[in-house]
Amino acid sequence: MFRFIFGRLAVLIPTFIGVSIIAFSFIRLLPGDPVMLMSGERVMSPERHTELMHQLGLDRPMYVQYFDYLTGLLQGDFGSSIVTKRPVLEDFVNLFPATLELSLCAIIVAVALGIPAGVLAAVKRGTWFDQSIMGVALIGYSMPIFWWGLLLIIFFSGYLGWTPVSGRISLMYFFPQVTGFMLIDSLISGQAGAFKSALTYLILPTTVLATIPLAVIARQTRSAMLEVLSEDYVRTARAKGMPPFRVIGIHALRNALIPVITTIGLQVGVLLAGAILTETIFSWPGIGKWMVDSVFKRDYAVVQGGLMLIAAVIMLVNLVVDVLYGLVNPRIRH
Amino acid sequence: MKKLSTLLAATAIATLMAGSAWSKTLVYCSEASPEGFDPGLYTGGQTFDASSRTAYNRLVEFKHGGTELEPGLAESYEVSADGKEYTFKLRKGVKFQTTEYFTPTRELNADDVIFSFERQYKTDNPWNKYVAGASWEYFAGMGFPDLIDKIEKVDDLTVKFVLKRPEAPFIANLGMDFASILSKEYADKLAADGKMELLNQQPLGTGPFTFVAYQTDAAIRYKANPDYWNGKQPIDDLVFAITTDAAVRAQKLKAGECHIMAYPNSADVAELKKDENLTVLEQEGLNVSYLAYNTLVPPFDKAEVRKALNMAVNKQAIVDAVFQGAATVAKNPIPPTMWSYNNAVEDDKYDPEAAKKMLEEAGVKDLHMKIWAMPVARPYMLNARRAAELMQADLAKIGVTAEIVSYEWAEYLKLSSAKDRDGAAILGWTGDNGDPDNFLDTLLGCDAVGGNNRAQWCNKDFDDLMTKAKATADVAERTKLYEEAQVIFKKEAPWNTLDHSLVVVPMSKKVTGFKMDPLGIHRFDGVDIAE
Amino acid sequence: MAAVETPKNPPTGLAEFWFYFSRNKGAVIGLVVFVVILFLAVFAGVVAPHDPAIQDRAVLLLPPAFSEGGQASYLLGTDAVGRDILSRLIYGARFSLFIGVIVVTLSVISGVLVGLIAGYFRGRVDTVIMRVMDIILAFPSLLLALVLVAVLGPGLVNAMIAISLVNLPHFVRLTRAAVMTERAKDYVIASKVAGAGTLRLMFLTILPNCLAPLIVQATLAFSAAILDAAALGFLGMGAQPPTPEWGTMLAEAREFIQRAWWVVTFPGLAILITVLAINLMGDGLRDALDPKLKRS
Repeated sequence: MFRFIFGRLAVLIPTFIGVSIIAFSFIRLLPGDPVMLMSGERVMSPERHTELMHQLGLDRPMYVQYFDYLTGLLQGDFGSSIVTKRPVLEDFVNLFPATLELSLCAIIVAVALGIPAGVLAAVKRGTWFDQSIMGVALIGYSMPIFWWGLLLIIFFSGYLGWTPVSGRISLMYFFPQVTGFMLIDSLISGQAGAFKSALTYLILPTTVLATIPLAVIARQTRSAMLEVLSEDYVRTARAKGMPPFRVIGIHALRNALIPVITTIGLQVGVLLAGAILTETIFSWPGIGKWMVDSVFKRDYAVVQGGLMLIAAVIMLVNLVVDVLYGLVNPRIRH
Repeated sequence: MKKLSTLLAATAIATLMAGSAWSKTLVYCSEASPEGFDPGLYTGGQTFDASSRTAYNRLVEFKHGGTELEPGLAESYEVSADGKEYTFKLRKGVKFQTTEYFTPTRELNADDVIFSFERQYKTDNPWNKYVAGASWEYFAGMGFPDLIDKIEKVDDLTVKFVLKRPEAPFIANLGMDFASILSKEYADKLAADGKMELLNQQPLGTGPFTFVAYQTDAAIRYKANPDYWNGKQPIDDLVFAITTDAAVRAQKLKAGECHIMAYPNSADVAELKKDENLTVLEQEGLNVSYLAYNTLVPPFDKAEVRKALNMAVNKQAIVDAVFQGAATVAKNPIPPTMWSYNNAVEDDKYDPEAAKKMLEEAGVKDLHMKIWAMPVARPYMLNARRAAELMQADLAKIGVTAEIVSYEWAEYLKLSSAKDRDGAAILGWTGDNGDPDNFLDTLLGCDAVGGNNRAQWCNKDFDDLMTKAKATADVAERTKLYEEAQVIFKKEAPWNTLDHSLVVVPMSKKVTGFKMDPLGIHRFDGVDIAE
Repeated sequence: MAAVETPKNPPTGLAEFWFYFSRNKGAVIGLVVFVVILFLAVFAGVVAPHDPAIQDRAVLLLPPAFSEGGQASYLLGTDAVGRDILSRLIYGARFSLFIGVIVVTLSVISGVLVGLIAGYFRGRVDTVIMRVMDIILAFPSLLLALVLVAVLGPGLVNAMIAISLVNLPHFVRLTRAAVMTERAKDYVIASKVAGAGTLRLMFLTILPNCLAPLIVQATLAFSAAILDAAALGFLGMGAQPPTPEWGTMLAEAREFIQRAWWVVTFPGLAILITVLAINLMGDGLRDALDPKLKRS
């Protein structure tokens, strides 16, 4: 087992170096220079421009800049924002819990609804119920979620006034950030109504972000279930007169879940991509919105550091999924 | 449905109020995260709203809602006869804020003033580079490094600025955000603790509101400063809810999640005005948007050609389509709210027929030109692309073929300054200090050719007037000079002056005492909310 | 798997394909909708009631014909500068389909090529290629595309290049896996023994047998490309205004979300319908082409 994990880790190192080269060189290729943006409409004198380029170290040869960058990375220094001058890592640590909370809620909703929907559709295969579930799932799968989010805002926040428009919690509440998870922090704070408020702020963004994973999981569960249900041992169990609930719930579902778990693991990247759009629409203060804003502000220190950190998170999650899968299913360890 | 939602909102707020122990909280939906909390380092309006206008004061202040100056931390000042020495008498007994992170032991004195300025230009000052990549954009932008000779402490409450040359706009510059006065005592403590970067994260000044906390990209919290020299504020807590999307801000305002919002979409204004719980304040902003011809490149070197093109464009249509009416057509390069605005100047009239004739007379046929459209929305021009499309259609009517080009914003800023730029560029300006010099000389002076002067226009008569006005302290005389300059400008038409946008601030009817600010800042001193 | 009745005469490939495809009603509906969209896109010049670029300043933000205050000549209303939304949507179909075709072509060709090389030669080449694919997959696709477009400069062409690149690893992996399975099979070894060259083996012997999963993946990539391009347009990094690309239209319409629901609703609906139609077809294709993947 350890060998398996170490093997995976060893593969990660070249990948990580590759990622750092990509993040580094991309950003150097961005048109326009960040110093010009610092003064906006007011034109900067050429001398001052040179001075600032020098101050930011942008006038040094590329390989020197990359080497410095890599050295910094190894010491946990991901650079500092050009706009705010704050360390990138600090902002990431501040903002990541918001994204994580939203993503976890979305994946929980997707699993909690997607698996039962898929199982039911498989069991009632070919019926009206199956067809409508799969129809809805395909619509969800085809959904441009940025548009979906706008529609939900127009209807639930604008027209009905049921849900708040954006943010993480009503600003009337203020408590220190302990875990960074608003749901947990609001409970710790002990302020009346804070948890409920945090929950209402989560509803729409969660719905939007969960849409595609939900559809994928439902579809995947259904096909996995269908495959398992046609296998001999399930037929045998049925033939032996085992109650359908036990057949489906214990024998079939357990085996059908293995591919579904892989699918869920694969949704992490999808979730982070979705978070970019969802957070932009709902002004959710997470890393997706942070990255988009930074791209537009040409804050390339942040884009570069952010790309690295996000890639690191994805690689780590993939590793964990791999290892878990290896635990569940010893056959693939080789 | 509507009733149900208001009821829900009302109960929600009632329960919330109960939770927050009877304090009066004002929530402001701001448009962007502050870049930091040291106003000297940054240029963004949202940063100033969150730092200099809440936590800090300056020696002189702009009158709430205007561009005239009034005493701030300095009770009075004197200018020497040669216009080079400004002596400020500081207010006595001004206390710095007491916060969780620092308790001041002394009151404001001359050292604080000297510290606040010297760190911005003395490269040997330990605070000159206290955060990575620190640069003092406004200090440099207003030409202070070449202007200030020295700053001297006369006594504890008297400071003298010695300039290298007389400069009339200097005093107005001291009302700007970068000239905020910080506490030297606090800075010294941070330096001693080895935590200098906190100066930019936990501001501490003499201003009306005390900083409490910043939740990254989400909210900034303040409480009223109980020791404020001008009296404690009527509200207890002030919250900036950072909401980058304008449509979302409007939604939040309507839902009662904030009391005041910044920069609504022009498309939403009509809707917000209809809402019976809201008032919408409007005022012409201190800005101008223009189309700058390149006066160095034929045929645009001829004033007749530029004038003819100006006459071909229906500016009202641009104002309608881009701003939905939330702007006025501009005829002068300075906005009407600024002193010395020459209302007697007549704009080039929209008349395609006459324009066509004028072009023919100037011997210009089958003109092909480029229109540069900015890739970003700015307060003075919300959608340059849309404006350019409208101009393109108008120009087609007089037989001019216009091609719209755009570049990435940083490239645009750089390339549009080039002397050999091909085409006319849309750009604009937001005033810094309410002084006409800040528009006329900065944007149209001969020195600015190849830089801020995007028309590359150098007119001797105009430039002489600028030089004269700079050296004169008398406002009445300066007014005359600037008025004359505007006449020359219109005759020569280096720009097509497009619009001055309105600053619009929608807010809840419960809010009282909020004043529009032509400088585009949002100030919350003196603001109250009805229960 | 349902018992499949074998037709009496052994069907030809195409007939067999159609037999399976048409059994899926959704796929047929998807095909019909897709053909309609394709027709609209090709004949946009004839079908569209107005020029998509013409601004009628008398009718800014006119509501659709069926709602109050609408005009029959502007069936779906007008946008902020008085352009007909229906016409813009019809022309927009061209862009969306074009994007889909180009992206799929680019990523299929390069993906298959790279995948073939990796799967056929194995060894170091394979390791390097797969590592590079891992690197691309380590970023969320939309984020990578967003940054790429920011680097290349916002625009439709660059958006297509960026999306093709982030799609690449799927095709590479799929092709590689298929090639590795096929390579060991008897028919390949037989032709190798018979003296077939490397290129012949790669392209004429192995590749045709890996096509089915690739075609299914291509359909998925087609609809995903349309979604991604629209998302980039929505974020302001795709096609630039005034191009009537659907995502870009949505981005421009966003400021009118409170005032004019139709400028927000219709472009999104157009995206949804198109993507849905393609995905329906994709399901049908999967059923028809790949017996191993047949789900229902």
